[in-house]
Parts: sequence; C-alpha cells; structure tokens
Amino acid sequence: MNPNLIYVLVVGVLFAAGITLLLERSLTRVLMGVILLGNGANLLLLTGGRAGGPPIVGTTDEADMADPLPQAMVLTAIVITLGMTAFLLALAYRSWHLNGHDEVQDDVEDRRIMELADRDEGPGTADADTVRELAADPTEPMPVTGARGSAT
Amino acid sequence: MTWLVPLPVVMPLIGAALTLLLVGRPRAQRWVSITVLTATVAVAALLLVRSSLGGPLVVEVGGWAAPMGIVLVADQLAALMLVVSAAVTLCVLVYSIGQGMADGNEETPLSVYHPTYLVLTAGVCNAFLSGDLFNLYVGFEILLVASYVLLTLGSTETRIRAGTTYVVVSLLSSVLFLVAIGLVYASTGTLNLAQLVDRLDALPDDLRLVLQGMLLLAFGIKAAVFPLSAWLPDSYPTAPAPVTAVFAGLLTKVGVYAIIRTETLLFPGGRTADLLLVVAALTMVVGILGAVAQSDIKRLLSFTLVSHIGYMLFGVGLTTTLGLSAAIFYVVHHITIQTTLFLAAGLIERRGGSTALDRLGGLARLSPLLAVLFFVPALNLAGIPPFSGFLGKLGLVQAGVADGGVLAWGLVAGGLLTSLLTLYAIARVWNLAFWRAPHPEMPEADDPARAARTDGAEQPHEDSEPAGAALPRLMIGSTAALVALGLALTVVAGPLFDISTDAADHLLRRAPYVEAVFPDGAP
Repeated sequence: MNPNLIYVLVVGVLFAAGITLLLERSLTRVLMGVILLGNGANLLLLTGGRAGGPPIVGTTDEADMADPLPQAMVLTAIVITLGMTAFLLALAYRSWHLNGHDEVQDDVEDRRIMELADRDEGPGTADADTVRELAADPTEPMPVTGARGSAT
Repeated sequence: MTWLVPLPVVMPLIGAALTLLLVGRPRAQRWVSITVLTATVAVAALLLVRSSLGGPLVVEVGGWAAPMGIVLVADQLAALMLVVSAAVTLCVLVYSIGQGMADGNEETPLSVYHPTYLVLTAGVCNAFLSGDLFNLYVGFEILLVASYVLLTLGSTETRIRAGTTYVVVSLLSSVLFLVAIGLVYASTGTLNLAQLVDRLDALPDDLRLVLQGMLLLAFGIKAAVFPLSAWLPDSYPTAPAPVTAVFAGLLTKVGVYAIIRTETLLFPGGRTADLLLVVAALTMVVGILGAVAQSDIKRLLSFTLVSHIGYMLFGVGLTTTLGLSAAIFYVVHHITIQTTLFLAAGLIERRGGSTALDRLGGLARLSPLLAVLFFVPALNLAGIPPFSGFLGKLGLVQAGVADGGVLAWGLVAGGLLTSLLTLYAIARVWNLAFWRAPHPEMPEADDPARAARTDGAEQPHEDSEPAGAALPRLMIGSTAALVALGLALTVVAGPLFDISTDAADHLLRRAPYVEAVFPDGAP
C-alpha cells in the first residue's frame, strides 16, 4: 500500500525538529527533541500498516480491515516513550537541583587529558614520575624501604 | 523441555517483583536475587545442552502460533550467550553484595538495586531469546531502562552528567531501531525473524540495503562500534564498580549479538561485509589508542572494551564459518574477562582509594592477592598464551588469513597491533599501580579491625569506606570465581570452539533456525 504523503511529511518534519533540539545543550530541549523523535517514529510505524475499518471479525469485512499490529506496536512504543520522558525529566530536575542549570556538561576527564597532550605530557606516565624522583633530593630515603623503585 | 525457554526471562522478573516487595529487608532480597540468578544459570546450562543435542528449542508465547504470536528461540548461540551472561551476572551480584551496595548509604544507596539488577538480567535474556524483531526491541528497552537507573544510582553530580549522555545516546539508538522496525514491517508485513528470512530475500536489493543499514546503525550505537562509540568511555567509569562491570560485560555484547543475528539470519551474503571490516579495524585501533592515553584504570578499561568490540566485528565481517565461530568464542571470552577486570578495578579502588594511576603504587606488595586477580585477566585480555584471549585472537587471525583478501590481511595486522597495544596499556597499569613504590598517600597495611567489620554479607556495610579498607571476602571470592571462569575457558576451549563452530554453521545455513520455528515450512 502507498503511505499517505501528508503522514510522511509530518514524520519528516518531526524528525528534523527532534534532531535539531537533540543537538542543544539544555536537557529540557533535548527532552523535547526526544519526545518529537518518539512521536515521529510512532507515526512512521503507523504508516507501515494498512488503513481501514476496525479489525474486529463481524464488524468489518476482512478486506477492509486496518492492520492492527502496527497499532499494537505503537501502543508499546508510546508507553516506553512515556517512561523515558519521565526519567529524563527527573534527570533534568536533579541536574538543576545540583548545578542550578540543566546543561549537559563536557566530560571533565577528556578535557584534562587534552590539556596533558597540549603540554606534551603523558597521562600519569612513568616519565613524569622519574623526573619527579630525579628532581627530589637523592639522599631522601624512599617512601617504603625494600620496595622496588619506579618500574622504568 | 521447551518450557525451560521462557524461564531465563520470567524468573528474574518474578525475582524483581519479590525483591521490590521485600524493600527494607536486605537479607531476604539478597537470598531471592542469588537464588533466582543461580536458577537462571542452571536453566541456561540445560538449554545449551539441549539445543546442542537436539537443535533449537522454540516456544510460542501464550500458545499463539508462530507468525501471529511471538516466539522465543533458544538456539546454540542464544543458549551459549545465556550461560555466560547468567554466570557473569551471578558473580557480579555476589560481588556487589560483598561491597554492600545494596545497603543504604550516601553514594550507592537504595534497596531498589536488587529489583533493577534482576530486571536488567531479564532484559538481557529476553534480547538473546527473542525470535521477533519487536520483542528484541522490547528486550533492549527493558535492559536499557534498568541500566539508566543503575548508572545514575545515588544521583551524584558526576553520575547525573554521565547518565545524561548515556540516556540520550541510548534513546537515539532506540528511536533508530524503532524506525528500522517500522520500515521492515512496512516492506515485509512481518517481524518474525524466521518469516523475515524469505520475505527479505524477495525484496529489491537497494531496499534491503537501507533496512540493513538502519539496523546496523542502531545496533552499532548499542555495541559501541567506533564512530558511534564515544558515549561509552564517558559514561561507564562513573558508575559503581559492579554496575560498570556488568554493563561492560553484557550490554555492548547484546548489541554484538543483535548484529550477529541480523547479519547472518536476515541479511546473508555479506553486502556490508567490507564496511564491517573497515569499522572493525577502526574500532580496534582507535579504541586502543584511546586506552593508551588514559590515566585512570576504569577509563582505560572502558577504552579496551570499545577496542575489543572490533575483534568480534572482524569475525562477523569475514562471513565465513571459521570467522563467525571465532567471533562467538571471542564474545564469550570477552564478556568474562572484561567483567573480571572491572571487578578487579573496583577492588583496586577500594584498596588504594582511587583508580587514578598517578595516585596508586606498590599494590603488588601491599596486596599480592589483588595483584594476581588483576594480572591474570589482564594478560588474558592482551592475548598471552595459553589464555582464552590468545585462542580467540588466534582463531580470528586464522580466519582472516584463510579469507586472504586485502581487507582481511589489514584486519589481521590491525588485530595483532591492537593486541600488542593492549599489552602495553595493561603493562602500564601494572607498572604504575602495582610495581613501583607505594604512593605516599596510599594506606600502608590492611587494618584487621576493619576487615572483621567488612567481611561476610550479614553486617551492614558502607561503600564509602575510607581508603585502605581491607577487601571483603565476598568481593575477593566472586572476583576469583570469575578469574577461574576465565581460566576455565582456556581448559574447555576445544569443546567451546566445537559449540561455537556448530552455532556459526547453523547461523550461516539459516535453515535450522527457520525449520525450528516453522516445522511445516514458512507461511
């Protein structure tokens, strides 16, 4: 069967808007994006089945029945989207509670490693360690006697 | 015997309900969880034996016949995955009980831990057993929702930040999967995997390629394949150690399992084989280079996790029985070993007070047992003979050489390079954390009084123990059990390779799966 063109356009618009919002920093907007994407996906599922009368034997001719399976799947997907929306809202609220905003932060560790690379230092390398030990007073005893020194 | 098939999904769900009712009675919760997971291991082992001897076991859920109702299929691949993942979840559960994370405290509170953990297990089992694309989606959602909760346990600032990234990326992959399902249904009129075999074959080539690409993209995000893997090292390391361990072991592998299943059953012929090989190489090399740059053990392990997903894709991309069989073997090996390493990292954090390499040192002298528990799986991961990591990589290299193509040879080289770099990354951890002189800030010796307080499961624990706490026996015991399981994989490698070869053969022939679901031929 040929899907309704308006449906398809609506799905496209929902996806485009959803993805645009998903690229935002603010978690609330991301949440909106997720909702739009979810709705777009649900509509898309719905267009996959035949449209028609209620699929009840005795009410509609078999030839005119709508396909009930996509509708069942959409129901499941709606429930899942609902749960996820609630969870994301909770995350956004908690983030606002902790930080006073709901912006998704960069990974701290990533930034630290990039800074290390900029200074041309390895990550916690044995090199840095050796340098530190060499710089220290050679007469100073090792922190623990009997243990090996730096492995390199 | 088919009544066994739904049990790995049903039992953890019932267990989850029970533990939810038992909130506030941690002891009863523990017993329910342990009993349920032990039973799951037993059922999974029975399923593996049965499916190896008598072919795939099929259950039509609710008695609805196959194309209309949902089927659960336990073939060898599914059963093998079930056995390994159930065993690993059981060990991690014991570990987390040892850590006392199920008891109330600031960092990792909540009696909700046990129910969520069991729901996660049910989701993983459901994904493995599903014989229906939409049910696979539901399985993924169950395990993902449980993982969102586990990852943000305690909702501290770092976990909320990491959890947000993880949730948003997972949601995106779920939407992609859902769209792919919608398109598959629109073009074929069914979602039953066995029925899709014929119907997809009848579709025009370009349409099939679109569907295959969509599914591959969705599963690629879940499996953390290279261009889609950036979320993993950001989010996993912040969770509590047992949670990270079980995520690392299972969640990405469910994605890999879905890739194996769809690439062999639904889209044979390897039209995306070259693509898979290229991303496999990139995943391996980029992942391990990331690991080399890390200065925190948990993050380093997260990067090796990404990197070694590449080995599995390598096997899948070869589309030969040997390659696929080695890939399946590698999945089994990697689930066990990666989980063990994360558990060991948890022990290191507990003993040394940190997982940052520049704040650790001298652990080999301070805690020789811990050193062994880290060293053995670490060498196993790097692929040192005679461990199973070596055998898995050997199988993949053999399959690559047998293929003989330019890409396959490139992959062989990439695989060996990755293995070497893994050894380097692991050796750096060993040198810095275990071998050099103890860090001045590190606690000196085990405190016996604290040891008495923290061992055993009976007393209440505190996860946020001050650094240098002696390691609870349960945590050591469960980690040691997983190390032993990893070693056992070497011992039983022969029979295991037979099983995985058999599974790979069935996957590539496709007929056994379809005949098991539709004994009278597909409608």
